[in-house]
Amino acid sequence: MTFNRSDVGAGAIFVGIGLFFGLMTLYGLDIGTARRMGPGYFPIVLSGLLIVFGIATIIKGTGYDDVERGPLPWRGIAILLSVPVIFGLLIRPFGIGPVLLITTFITSFASRRMSPRAAIGLSLGLTIFCVLVFVIGLGLPLRVFGPMVEPWTRPIFGVR
Amino acid sequence: MDLLSNLYLGLSIALQPHNLMFCFLGCLLGTLVGVLPGIGPTATIAMLLPITLSLDPSTSLIMLAGIYYGAQYGGSTTAILINLPGESSSAVTAIDGYQMAKRGRAGVALATAALGSFFAGTVATVILALFAPPLARAALNFGSPEYFSLMVLGLVCAIALAHGSILKATAMIIVGLLFGLVGADLYSGAQRFTFGIPQLSDELNFVAVAVGVFGIAEILRNLQNETDRDVMVKKVTNLWPSGEDFRRMFMPVVRGTALGSILGVLPGGGAILASFASYTVEKRISRTPQEFGKGAIEGVAAPESANNAGAQTSFIPMLTLGIPANPVMALMIGAMIIQGIVPGPNVVNQNPELFWGIIASMWAGNLMLVLLNLPLIGLWVRLLTIPYYLLFPAIMAFAAIGIYSINSNPYDLYTLTLFGALGYALVRFGCEPAPLLLGFVLGPMLEEHLRRAMIISKGDPSVFLTRPISATLLVMSVIVLVVVLMPSVRKKREEVFVEED
Repeated sequence: MTFNRSDVGAGAIFVGIGLFFGLMTLYGLDIGTARRMGPGYFPIVLSGLLIVFGIATIIKGTGYDDVERGPLPWRGIAILLSVPVIFGLLIRPFGIGPVLLITTFITSFASRRMSPRAAIGLSLGLTIFCVLVFVIGLGLPLRVFGPMVEPWTRPIFGVR
Repeated sequence: MDLLSNLYLGLSIALQPHNLMFCFLGCLLGTLVGVLPGIGPTATIAMLLPITLSLDPSTSLIMLAGIYYGAQYGGSTTAILINLPGESSSAVTAIDGYQMAKRGRAGVALATAALGSFFAGTVATVILALFAPPLARAALNFGSPEYFSLMVLGLVCAIALAHGSILKATAMIIVGLLFGLVGADLYSGAQRFTFGIPQLSDELNFVAVAVGVFGIAEILRNLQNETDRDVMVKKVTNLWPSGEDFRRMFMPVVRGTALGSILGVLPGGGAILASFASYTVEKRISRTPQEFGKGAIEGVAAPESANNAGAQTSFIPMLTLGIPANPVMALMIGAMIIQGIVPGPNVVNQNPELFWGIIASMWAGNLMLVLLNLPLIGLWVRLLTIPYYLLFPAIMAFAAIGIYSINSNPYDLYTLTLFGALGYALVRFGCEPAPLLLGFVLGPMLEEHLRRAMIISKGDPSVFLTRPISATLLVMSVIVLVVVLMPSVRKKREEVFVEED
């Protein structure tokens, strides 16, 4: 069977999102009436529409062939999508300094051209730059060193 | 005269030293963003937005605006010198600009782009100053039904002007609208789609959504095919166009400005469409159409003026109605809301210094950009060669810091990951991210006005058709939809957008 992967893929995502929001609404929100719309009225209408459009996109995609696209950058995808989560998990206990050092180092390897030495240099340089500009220069409310590392850094850098 | 005193007020704000400084900083960053590969103005403004929140509202919006039109300038530099548009609205400039550069006329092409943009920026600023206040006055009479219908029209236009499939663009808007509803319900306080997580009850962080959909997806696309950028022209000389060049570029610049000013107001990537449309117009009416594609100066002058004019006039619906014409404007609205300013027709009256300050700063900014771009061109040429693998870790770091510093909420970073994944998947499947972001910003407003209108009308949906302005807007939406769906227009539309890919 020939089908266009981008149409069918997009359509499937639309149907999935529509089902997700639709079911969450049906099983938890008051829909109400057109006169007194409940918190579920607008979402249920939208998710219904989205499912319809998703199915239409899928139907449109069956019957004509795929366009060739390059291979997926799997390494980049895995790294770039996990870095924000790592950042979010570590920012409170470790503070912005160590977190930037770690996340930048990891991010660097999303590119195949990065060498370990360049990655170390880049993460050090970028961390120092960001701390100087954002925390010290612009005064964003960020702790450079969180409670987990503070006992070791305080003698050197003081309380930051 | 009213206009003059208002412009005077605006200039007195825009010319304050610290505003000038941030305007300059914005233009500089914008140019940088336009020149550097793999990061567009939307993601940059989203990332830098949190940082500007410590400034006062006028200054912060002046700087953000500077980034936006600065990127339009910078994008043309890469288009001309390395045949890679740094920004999507400069894609057409690359066609003839690069050919000019190949023939040793890079300097003239750059100067044409800069002068054309400056002319367009100046004219569009005046148009903005002339038309925005009356529009805002008219909008003061708008009630909920009018706002609802206006947003419907806006969304329909965004669908019509989106690239590619109409079906997908519509679905993307609905996806955006749905995600915009996450959080506590305005009327009942009910938690919607939050999984009982209190950190989500505020609604999803729109900076995270924007950076995810535009920034991460863009980086991934660049990682897909990493190549070295080959700068052909190492040294740019002979900047000043000849008299003959001036004569040939004058009318295209004027036409481009006119076209861009009109299209920029429409929702859905006005500046991009403007540059394409004006190129097509020039090619069609030219006496020497065979020169197009081989280095015709008109092919640089017209689209560059058009995209700059469009960038400027897209502020009109944002400043007067509180409705974004493109993702960047959606971010500006977000910035205003965070600053405690209610976007909409009241901005002109309640924050005249903001309104006129932004308008006046655009003119100052355009002047700075000419100065930044022409004499400093050598610096930008050198920046073009920065390898991408050194850039994207910095982009990621700035994005994470920016997003986290808004609310110090780690969940905002998880939102970033979620929308990075969703955005990349959808872009890969041929969907355009802009309608999603527009839907996301308009979602809560659309629902609020719909529900309020229905409460006022006691559940009678005919209220949208019995009020004249609302009815007119809805009729216009239907007309736009019908026109877009007509087979002949559909075919034409596909042709226009194919060129762009």
